[in-house]
Amino acid sequence: MYRIVNKKSLNPTVTMMDIEAPFVAQKAEAGQFIILRVDEESERIPLTVAGFDREKGTVKIIFQIVGATTERLNHKNVGDFIPDFAGPLGVATKTEGLKKVLIVGGGVGCAIALPVAQKLHEQGAEVTSVIGFRNKDLLILEDEFNAVSDKLYVMTDDGSYGRKGNVCVPINEMLSGGENFQEVITIGPLVMMKFVVEAVKPYNIPCTVSMNPIMIDGTGMCGGCRLTLNRDGQKVTKFACVDGPDFNGYEVDFDEAMSRGAMYRDFERHAYERTCNLFKKEVK
Amino acid sequence: MKPNMSLKKNPMPSQEALVRAHNFQEVALGYDEATAVDEALRCLSCKNPLCVSGCPVNIRIPEFIEKVKEGDFEAAYEIISETSSLPAVCGRVCPQETQCEANCVRGIKGEPVGIGRLERFVADWHNAHSDETPKCAESNGKRVAVVGSGPSGLTCAGDLAKKGYKVTVFEALHLAGGVLVYGIPEFRLPKSIVQKEIDNLVKMGVDLQTNMIIGKTLTVDELLQMGFEAVFIGSGAGLPNFMGIPGESLKGVYSANEFLTRSNLMKAYKDDPETPIMKGGKVAVVGGGNVAMDAARTALRLGAEKVYIVYRRSLDELPARREEVEHAMEEGIEFRLLNNPVEILGYDNPDDKRDPKNGFVTGMKCIRMELGEPDERGRRRPIEIPNSEFVLDVDTVIMSIGTSPNPLIKATTVGLEVNKHGGIIVEETTGKTTKDGVYAGGDAVTGAATVISAMGAGKTAAKAIDEYLNALVKE
Repeated sequence: MYRIVNKKSLNPTVTMMDIEAPFVAQKAEAGQFIILRVDEESERIPLTVAGFDREKGTVKIIFQIVGATTERLNHKNVGDFIPDFAGPLGVATKTEGLKKVLIVGGGVGCAIALPVAQKLHEQGAEVTSVIGFRNKDLLILEDEFNAVSDKLYVMTDDGSYGRKGNVCVPINEMLSGGENFQEVITIGPLVMMKFVVEAVKPYNIPCTVSMNPIMIDGTGMCGGCRLTLNRDGQKVTKFACVDGPDFNGYEVDFDEAMSRGAMYRDFERHAYERTCNLFKKEVK
Repeated sequence: MKPNMSLKKNPMPSQEALVRAHNFQEVALGYDEATAVDEALRCLSCKNPLCVSGCPVNIRIPEFIEKVKEGDFEAAYEIISETSSLPAVCGRVCPQETQCEANCVRGIKGEPVGIGRLERFVADWHNAHSDETPKCAESNGKRVAVVGSGPSGLTCAGDLAKKGYKVTVFEALHLAGGVLVYGIPEFRLPKSIVQKEIDNLVKMGVDLQTNMIIGKTLTVDELLQMGFEAVFIGSGAGLPNFMGIPGESLKGVYSANEFLTRSNLMKAYKDDPETPIMKGGKVAVVGGGNVAMDAARTALRLGAEKVYIVYRRSLDELPARREEVEHAMEEGIEFRLLNNPVEILGYDNPDDKRDPKNGFVTGMKCIRMELGEPDERGRRRPIEIPNSEFVLDVDTVIMSIGTSPNPLIKATTVGLEVNKHGGIIVEETTGKTTKDGVYAGGDAVTGAATVISAMGAGKTAAKAIDEYLNALVKE
């Protein structure tokens, strides 16, 4: 059993938790993920590591409440336990040798982008960050990004905070203005990453994306997390759980990934509503 | 006692085909005592029993059957359990027709003795009548780590625990049992049987750690540094193979591993489950092994209106256990033999890119095959018949064409060598790998194989680990 030692609501739909998991905390690196179950009936869901404290033996997760499992997780409190928390899985984000990097985070993806930005900052790289949200209410981790970024652009779709527009606006400005980066690392909704890749492509800057497909075991057994890369004119099947979650953004078939991600949309909506109804009943 | 000279085995009492096709309860119900004795009497107690050499763990078959004839079922159990760690499991899932029963003299004229059915009977009888808790052996103070809690790991752990080793089993998933819980469905192997075997190990003092992914959470080298004097790797089969044909990423295409894991481990077969699975519709399972049969029969029980097995060779080459093929046919699964998929077709509304039906499977294009000359393994090679393509109307496709070994341990263990398929290289007689103190067995070594061969490998390695550690003390 794994104890929740800290819980904080970052905005109405995003929650942060620190979970006591000493073995995972010992090994976790930015860019890796864990698999958890909330209770004995729960499905297994992957969440990317948002931070870790090797001494305290805790791992930080930040999750958006989007479905039945995250809803139930959000109802857990400090001192409660979850039965399963396994990891760290996947390959850590490669940061060796990087001196000047652009980090682009969108929505709850910023939670995953932050440890990468922190790691780059700690190793002395010049970090420019662009973080985007739909509106001011959904803004998270601004101070944390500020602390590790040489330059920070905060974007909101509706202009209610920071600059108005999506994350590609400052990217286009910087790149067309002659700014150069050794690498762009982007983490967020698939459609956002797809557009970031397109924006960066004309400048031939390597662009890494973090994929978050549907997973079951997460350990290289079921193959549910497969995605297609277009590599040198060939279609190559890769598995996000063992080969990723980071991939070369220029190779990823985003349209296929978006389609696959929506496979259980109706089921997920139903499960979420059922769970919410259960909690409503309990309140009554 | 007069031998029973009937040419036929006592039939296995089973749930009615059309009833069981709609539930997840066990298909075969098992012999009762009288039937078991009657079947045992068909055994001629050969002086030179060929059946024993057909068994990967060399169960002393005529001896246990002799005890069944006498009605001393507990004694029969003791004989089996001297060589087999999981008799209730093996009695259900072993391919007896190609192992022990293939060698039975009664099979020359008529059907062989129902050895598998008798093994199952004896194990079930013991489980129902014995409340004896397994003994904790006196500790020899030595620690051994076992990676994976499938058939090879459980067997290795059990044998070492009996010898007094302090064994820790590391399981990556949230539940122990490996393929016995995520792969083989409830209707073929009730999970309560697997759980009982695991509970017994724990009672014997085996420490079971779930959520521990060796190769990630801890490495094999770290286990050795932590004081484990030997490590057995039984991490099982890895990533599923796909055919490499267009359309395999469409929604509704599963690997058999994913489909079965969703249903078995994650209980998606229950009403209103937490983990989703596509239920109903028309389903094609590609492949002819036991896993393909399990996936097809699971799909049927989940409510499919039609289930096809699509296999590129003919019935004679089907690698699945005969009984599973017969059960599948009785349940109404249609075998499309000498058919091979060439493309999976998906829905694509040209006028509406946001149509929610876009990207879901609508059919599978196949080509008819014929059998040519035998290949190097003696199986006749399937050859495409030109211009014979047709479309099978399906909305779910389950690929069951094998797996390749999991890369996690290999990638993080210095000095552990693997073959070109990714299987860990071992010395066959001991399970010893190229790394000192590290042994391996089961699918991680051989690629997808059977429960009993994995068990055999776990046994071999347990013996070799014991000898290795004893020799270390003497040095």
